[in-house]
Formats: sequence, structure tokens, C-alpha cells
Amino acid sequence: MALRGNLRDFTITQLLNLVNLAQKSGTLLIDGPGNEQASASFREGKLAYARIDQEDDRLATILHKAGKISANQYRAILERASQMSDKELGLLLVNAGYLSQEEILLLLQAHYTEVIRRLFTWVEGVFRFENDVPPPPDRIHVRIDLENLIIEGARQLREWEQLQEEIPSLDIALKFTERPLRNVNLSLEEWRVVSYINPKNTIRQIAAAVKMNELEIRRIVYGLLQAGLVELVRPEGAPMPVTPSRMFPTDNREEQKSLINKLIGRIRSL
Amino acid sequence: MQTVKMVVTGPFSAGKTEFIRSVSEIDVVSTERKISSASERAVKETTTVAMDFGRITVDEDLVLYLFGTPGQKRFDFMWEILSEGMLGFIVLVDSTRPETFREARTILETFRAYAPTPYVVAANKQDLPDAWDLEDMRHALRLDPKVKLLPCVAKDKESVKKVLLELLYSILEEIE
Repeated sequence: MALRGNLRDFTITQLLNLVNLAQKSGTLLIDGPGNEQASASFREGKLAYARIDQEDDRLATILHKAGKISANQYRAILERASQMSDKELGLLLVNAGYLSQEEILLLLQAHYTEVIRRLFTWVEGVFRFENDVPPPPDRIHVRIDLENLIIEGARQLREWEQLQEEIPSLDIALKFTERPLRNVNLSLEEWRVVSYINPKNTIRQIAAAVKMNELEIRRIVYGLLQAGLVELVRPEGAPMPVTPSRMFPTDNREEQKSLINKLIGRIRSL
Repeated sequence: MQTVKMVVTGPFSAGKTEFIRSVSEIDVVSTERKISSASERAVKETTTVAMDFGRITVDEDLVLYLFGTPGQKRFDFMWEILSEGMLGFIVLVDSTRPETFREARTILETFRAYAPTPYVVAANKQDLPDAWDLEDMRHALRLDPKVKLLPCVAKDKESVKKVLLELLYSILEEIE
């Protein structure tokens, strides 16, 4: 029976540990948050291939993103070699002297490792491990030891737990404190978040606008909170959990004051 | 009969049950259970799993209820329910346990997000020799200078009364 479960109960790091210890071969399929899907294939406990399903992970695209081929070369490859598998394209590039085999493998290793790093931020979702499913035959496979990834994942998991404690919900908004934003050194990513800070925007909406996952946005918000630059507030326009009439048995301001004065008198006399 | 409520919240073992017990006219209705976690048991034997409930009758027509929240994070689903309709809330922090300050800050932010009602922070166990100074606590808890941070000894009725009164003064200011 396929190994299957929920990421809440069994994290990506724990899954990698299991694959590593049992020297498993097969493919891990994950349905993550926001309808995202991912797969990672292993051979004898080593990572062979990984992808997030909605993303273009063809070799030509990876080479182009890494600046190894120009935009024109990329277009030409897509037009003329669209039927070619990644293995065939890789061989062609090596034979033509554009890139060495080692360069291609290192780039792919970095790409697959990055995919796994992103999976560490998936804390919601379901997974199944299919023992008999090999990596896609048209892609180039690598062999990456899992130990370092597992250590990195464990570190990130601890950070994730801490950030969740600090920022328990992303449906909360942010507002600037009275401390002015002067002489503050912010990174480009932090500035992008800062530009959306407004009591009308929830942290979740900001994350969507700046295309950050939950871990990334929590990291940045945590930094801004620690620096005392922002504070958490209920989003403007969000339904209030309590209405004044429920806090007080009356809506009349004078009656409310009288009620509080009565309470003050009573507490004093205790 | 009119009823109003205030919530006493704070980290695990901050002294919430004791705080309510000091001023409640009825025996505090406490839903305490033996603690299962060894690390938490090292601090105290039982903990509040749902809520504490105290009462102060003002007159025939008005009753104040005090609700204490469970301090352990795994019971935080109760917080939003308890915060509904509160006049204000008190965040109780154990001044001798700085390791709980970060959690206190999180609880404070969470409650502020649930309801924008007045609140005060009470630094409990200020009578103990290893209690942190209020100013140091203010920095550690990252409290704005406008937030009331009050010394408190939860087992002392007069001290608890002062905290409740300060919260009521804040509520009064808010109305005005």
C-alpha cells in the first residue's frame, strides 16, 4: 500500500528522513496549499528530480533563468527543439560546447534543491509515496544526498513554529507605529511588503500581492514587528466579533458611563 | 438583570485563576485538569482547560463576570469565544518567568485583534525577589508607553482591585 498521509501529521522533513533511512525509490506526490501540487522522485534514498507542477521546469527554461542562455537562444530552442527531451537537449548543448555536463547537472541540482526548500514551507496538504513511479523519463535525473536537506528542513521547521507563535494568523492587518520609518535599512523584499502596509490589507493579502509564501511573509512581518515599526491590528472593514451593544447592555453613552461608574464603586468597596 | 464581562488572559501559570479567586464573590468555577506534559507539570500540577468563571454582583440589576482563559496554546480556540462581548481584558504575566513574555505578547496581540477593547497588562508575582522590574518588562513585552503596565500580586485582593479599577478607568476614558 502507498505511504500516504497529511502534512500536519507528517512533515516534509520527516518524509525525507524516512526516504533516506529506508533508501526508498519512488515518487512523492503532494497536494499542497492553494491547489498547488508537487512531486519529488527518489532513487535509493537520493533525490533524483523535483518539481512544482504549475511551473515550467524544462531544461531550456532553467538555463535561461540562470542566465546560461540568452533570450534569443531560449526562443530558438523553444521554436526548433520543442519536441526534444531535456536529455537530448542537454546532450546537444554539451556536444556543441555551450555548456559542460557538470554545469548542467549543478544547475539542475540547485533547481531541485530549491523546489524541496519551498516544499518545507508547505505545512498543509496531503501526500502519497508511490513506490513504483520513477521520475519522468524525459527529464534529466540527478543524485542528491538528503542529509543536508533534512538538517535544513528541521531548522526551517523550528523557525516556522516560532513564527507561527509570533504571528498566529495571517488574516490580521498591519499598521505603522508612531516610530518614523527613517534611517531604517530595509531589504528590497521588506520594502515591497512595507509598501502594502495599511489597516485595510491583511497579511495574507499582502503576501498574495508580493507573491510570497506564508513562511516568507511571516519572516518579514516578524522582523518589522521586532523592530517596532509596525503593529498588528484588526483589518478595517472586517466584521467585528463584538458590537458595542453586546459589550454593554445599552447603546446610550451616558448609561454606559453610569454602568462603569457603578462597577468602579463596587470594586472599590470589595 | 444586566451582565457585563471582563476577560483575564495570559500565558500558562501566570496566575489567572488566583487573580479571579481573589475578588470573586462565588467560588471560582474552575475547569482544571491534571497536567499531562512533564515540562508543564514542573511548573504546576493542574491547569485550566476551558475557563475560570468568577462573579461580582454590583446591584440587583448589574453583574460583572470575570472569565479566565486557558493559558496553554493548544486551548487557544477558546480565546475568541471568551473574548466575545467583553468590556475589556487583562493580560496577566508572571514577572518571574521571562521565558513566558514572548507568549504573553502573542496573546496580547491576538486578543487585540479579536476585539479592539481597552486592556491593561498586570505584572504578577511582583512580591517575589526575582520579579523583573516593570520598566524592564515593558521593554521585553514591547509595550507602548501608553499601555498601562501595573504591578500585581494575584493572591492579594487589594492588588487585584487596583488592576480591575485601572481597566475600568480606561474603559471610561474610551467611552468619553
